[in-house]
Amino acid sequence: MSGVEGFMYPNEVELQWSLLIVLYPYITGLVAGAFILASLERVFKVEAVKPTYRLALLTALAFLLVAPLPLQLHLGHPERSFEMYLTPHRSSAMAMFGFVYLWYLTVVLLLEIWLEYRPDIVRFAQTRTGVTRWIYKALTLGSENLSPSSLRIDDRVGYVVTVIGIPSAFLLHGYVGFIFGSVKANPWWSTPLMPVVFLFSAMTSGIAAVLVLYVISMKLRKTPIDMRCLDTVAKYLFYTFVIDFSLEMLDLVQRTYEADESFRSLDFMVHTRLWLSQVVIQIFLGTLGPLAVLAVTQLRTFSETLRRRLYITASLLTLVGIFAMRWNVVIGGQLFSKSFLGYTTYKVQFAAREGLLPAIALMILPFVLFYALVKLLPPWQEHKATEA
Amino acid sequence: MEMTRRDLLSQCSKLLVLTATAARALEQAGNAPAPGDTYHMADHWWGMIIDIDKCIGCGNCVRACSQENQVPAGYFRTWVERYQVTEDRDHPLVESPDGAINGFPPTTRPGVKSFFVPKLCNHCADSPCTQVCPVGATFISPDGVVLIDPEYCLGCRYCIQACPYGCRYYHPEKDIADKCTLCYHRITKGLTTACCEACPTGARQLVDLKNPKDPVHAFLRDHKVQVLKPQMATGAKIFYNDLDGSVR
Amino acid sequence: MNRFLRDSGHLARPALVLVAGLAVFLVVRGAVIPKNFGKYGHYRPAALDLIRQHPAAFAGQDQCLACHDEQAKTRASGKHAHVACEACHGPQAPHAADFVNVKPALPDVAALCARCHENDAAKPKNFPQVVTAEHSGGVVCNTCHQPHNPHL
Repeated sequence: MSGVEGFMYPNEVELQWSLLIVLYPYITGLVAGAFILASLERVFKVEAVKPTYRLALLTALAFLLVAPLPLQLHLGHPERSFEMYLTPHRSSAMAMFGFVYLWYLTVVLLLEIWLEYRPDIVRFAQTRTGVTRWIYKALTLGSENLSPSSLRIDDRVGYVVTVIGIPSAFLLHGYVGFIFGSVKANPWWSTPLMPVVFLFSAMTSGIAAVLVLYVISMKLRKTPIDMRCLDTVAKYLFYTFVIDFSLEMLDLVQRTYEADESFRSLDFMVHTRLWLSQVVIQIFLGTLGPLAVLAVTQLRTFSETLRRRLYITASLLTLVGIFAMRWNVVIGGQLFSKSFLGYTTYKVQFAAREGLLPAIALMILPFVLFYALVKLLPPWQEHKATEA
Repeated sequence: MEMTRRDLLSQCSKLLVLTATAARALEQAGNAPAPGDTYHMADHWWGMIIDIDKCIGCGNCVRACSQENQVPAGYFRTWVERYQVTEDRDHPLVESPDGAINGFPPTTRPGVKSFFVPKLCNHCADSPCTQVCPVGATFISPDGVVLIDPEYCLGCRYCIQACPYGCRYYHPEKDIADKCTLCYHRITKGLTTACCEACPTGARQLVDLKNPKDPVHAFLRDHKVQVLKPQMATGAKIFYNDLDGSVR
Repeated sequence: MNRFLRDSGHLARPALVLVAGLAVFLVVRGAVIPKNFGKYGHYRPAALDLIRQHPAAFAGQDQCLACHDEQAKTRASGKHAHVACEACHGPQAPHAADFVNVKPALPDVAALCARCHENDAAKPKNFPQVVTAEHSGGVVCNTCHQPHNPHL
């Protein structure tokens, strides 16, 4: 069989989880990260990041709506996926997905957005005309009460929802890590650190995504960028990335030092088939690169323009690096034989069901949704100030 | 609300009709034991003994399995590996050309320990594959066989990832996970598995660990047996006699 | 207190939407969940019967011997006493079910014998093996050996 080196069990030659399954943890990671950034302002009172609060919520929602699509597209029988809700198997990490997802979508994200946007929704329902008026009418759920006391109650409930939301975001993504980390048959995945590493890499990628989206939105709207906000977001990006990198290095050191039966096989894989995606792209380009850039911005003072460019560079590299990390976990975990005697190859198809084309479409879709959401629920606070 | 006797009767008769229809439907689906079916799941606990010292690598089992179960080409419910172990025990040369469906090209390497290892689903009592199935489409039957419900499987392939032995594959036409059923359709009718039937040397023996008269008990007492990857603690029920430590 | 109730009244609306959604889910779930799910464990019991319905391709020793007692007698005294008929003749359930119309083809002896008896270092030492090219020089096995009782 072409692409096989050494010995694979005959059924192992073909990879089971494709590029689409790489997208799934990447997208949920962006959701969790964006939400946690939003909660910084709300729960931890980091006032400086306020300009990104609503943007982060909408980013989280846009990506969350897309998150189940790669899974659905990957299933052999997508029409049977509702069985996860009918007969969820309690011992399966995957069975929880549907429930965690719905909980997070409805009880956390939609509720928080609704509470946050209620004054705007009611205002639009009263001022807009035509079809949009009816959309906003529906979104008010029939209540147009904007009394100061009701808004105070909203604020307090919103706070509680965010407090519930933080562990929920941790759950959503930590548990994605557990799906991989609990597979004892696969030494590349099986580590208790997996959920934690997934969580911190999620936060890193989510913060980077919001930073990029914030700068791009401001550029498009020709509005000055709040540099205090950007500096703070970049600072948090740096901190979470340091933790994420430390955890990943801890995992690496532990594996190398213990050198169990799988080590030689995995080590060989990292030095050959994963060299480009793991060492070059993930570690050097996608981790050490942005960390160095961010470290420099923390140590030295630069002009605003230069800082902005450095932050954007670091964030984009981060997004590439975290994507490479997901790739290396999902694909890397299937390139070696569980006999530890051989390796297979993964070739991404283009216009197939699990190929590059649907993957690109799935990565564009959240931005389309984001655009629509921004149109529907404008996150710009200064806009509100001028209108009011 | 008060129920009249007539209402009650009509309700009862409806219920009766429903039950009868349901029973008939179940019978047609083969759910109720067919007349003459004396098989009781609770009386059995299936496994297999594989005697490495008897395997000649002819590939009869692989072919028989394929013929019995219409296994798609390139995928294997059972296969045979040939190990060639030199002094460097960590790097044995292992081959399984097309799962050994046509046996092996002969080898005569002097000074090399070599032997065949037939593989199949280990029908683990603590199976990691059934543990991860999100919907209950793969399960351990009451008689100890790990099975897949072909009409319920989503095709998410988590079970394939979870099997430490590479025994599962994704069926390219049915779009579900597929694997050895230990010829459940045969062993529940008093036949042995297709692979055991076709094995010319008796290297594979279907065993019923719950049957006190099964020779397996004597065999396990008299031989030093091993399961594959015991460190995985899966409760594997395929026992190998004289298995070399280099086998993965 | 009254004012508090009035000003938090709008919160009941999303709660109502959630509860309604949950209720719809529970009703639908109750209606479409497979019959008897969980009877033996977390799976459909009907799956067991579905799998049992698969037709057998190998008839099994007992069925062969029900007719072919002569071959069985020949085989019993020789080295192939414990080799089942279908190990060499292939799956014969269709033949067993309709022996008038379904006639099995004879096996290709040259390939068949070599599969087991061609010399290979990995085969057990006590198993009879030959290098066919040297052993017979191309003469097919059953010229000298009787397959059902392969003594010379």
